[in-house]
Amino acid sequence: MGRLRSLLIPGVDKQLLVRDAVKVMPDLARRRFIAGGASFGALTLLTGCNVFDSFSAEDMLKQISKFNDGVQDLIFNPNALAPTFPESAITKPFPFNAYYELDDAPDINGKDWKFEVRGLVDNKKSWTLEELYKLPQVKQITRHICVEGWSAIGSWTGTPLRDFLKIVGADTRAKYCWFQCGDSEGYNSPLDMRTALHPQTQMTFKFGDEILPRAYGYPMKVRVPTKLGFKNPKYVISMEVTNEYKGGYWEDQGYNSFSGS
Amino acid sequence: MSSLAASHEHPALSTSKPIQPGWVRIVHWINALAMILMIMSGWQIYNASPLFNFRFSSNITLGGWLGGALLWHFAAMWLLMVNGLVYLALGFATGRFANKLLPITPAGVISDTKAALTGKLLHDDLSKYNYVQKLLYAGIIVVGVLIVLSGLSIWKPVQLQYLTALFGGYDVARYVHFICMAAIVAFLVVHVALALLVPKSLRAMIIGR
Repeated sequence: MGRLRSLLIPGVDKQLLVRDAVKVMPDLARRRFIAGGASFGALTLLTGCNVFDSFSAEDMLKQISKFNDGVQDLIFNPNALAPTFPESAITKPFPFNAYYELDDAPDINGKDWKFEVRGLVDNKKSWTLEELYKLPQVKQITRHICVEGWSAIGSWTGTPLRDFLKIVGADTRAKYCWFQCGDSEGYNSPLDMRTALHPQTQMTFKFGDEILPRAYGYPMKVRVPTKLGFKNPKYVISMEVTNEYKGGYWEDQGYNSFSGS
Repeated sequence: MSSLAASHEHPALSTSKPIQPGWVRIVHWINALAMILMIMSGWQIYNASPLFNFRFSSNITLGGWLGGALLWHFAAMWLLMVNGLVYLALGFATGRFANKLLPITPAGVISDTKAALTGKLLHDDLSKYNYVQKLLYAGIIVVGVLIVLSGLSIWKPVQLQYLTALFGGYDVARYVHFICMAAIVAFLVVHVALALLVPKSLRAMIIGR
């Protein structure tokens, strides 16, 4: 009560104020005012927090998320480069982040590992790490932005994915490059073709000029600086070029599928 | 002329012109809903990577987890943006901003603040805002524009990178977005408290008069 009193305007008598207010209300308005309050109260009482269940909020939200995929595809400029930074801006230590702990991260032997290429490509051969290391590489220092909100600047070196797609004769009119990863739950993620062809989208083999460490996805990650972090798969084992939307580890759980930045 | 006569006799029951026109009431309540959805889902998103040394209780957040909150946030943003643009367009076009919110003079704000604090500020004519109201209502419109722009810079720091740079970069834009939220919540507390203390103002926002 004391707290309530302190909220009142000094010098204004509460009871007089209420009496005045009710007096100036026309009858109809007073009734509508009270009825409105009662029905809203009843609504929240009866249904608790699930006021929106009757028309399935979840379905509506999924539809809007699909709409947002379209909007983001529309505003995606294939020539707009993600801002780059000097070496001095690199975040140290660069955070490790995954649905598993670092100790449980895939521990891949680079000598046995092969990168499988499937789907709408002319050359379906699998690539060894040695073969991939021979492709021309470029370095980028860009900001990695996590869906959680934090960001970190890192240095990634590797082969532009669009160069690789050309080498394997991929049908770049296809809708997606779908990546699978070597972790126990089979992380995967679809990448729309326009983003796959973006000049900064990269098959990454090095972090900070060193061979990609286990924490950041050895032997290969796909770095996409125009997407949120979860669309940058690590420990990648295969890529399928496809027109089919095959879903993704986080995408299936509700993260927006385009998630462009 | 009949309206003039009516307003002389019964100022509160004048039938000529509503205190709050229909379009103001509609955008006001849509905005109220959109703001509440944005704030509650925004708190859940904040919790995934807090900027400060606290988290919001899950009792007052929307979405259940980060993914759910993001779905709400990026759905309600359309409601907030489209409704906000309609409000700004009509506010300028109808002259409401110019008539109701301007001018704001420092002397007027100081004298009305004093009057409010000593209990001498009158609410006899709800169609006219005092200087404290003018300042707060104009200020919250600016904050509303800022929270949308800082939100866009966080959402699209590559496609809208010049906007993001204007806010001082991605990380700074997150703080701007948070501070704008805090300002809106503070405004909301005062705004709701005063509307309850002067119920005829709340009634005017519901039925117009």
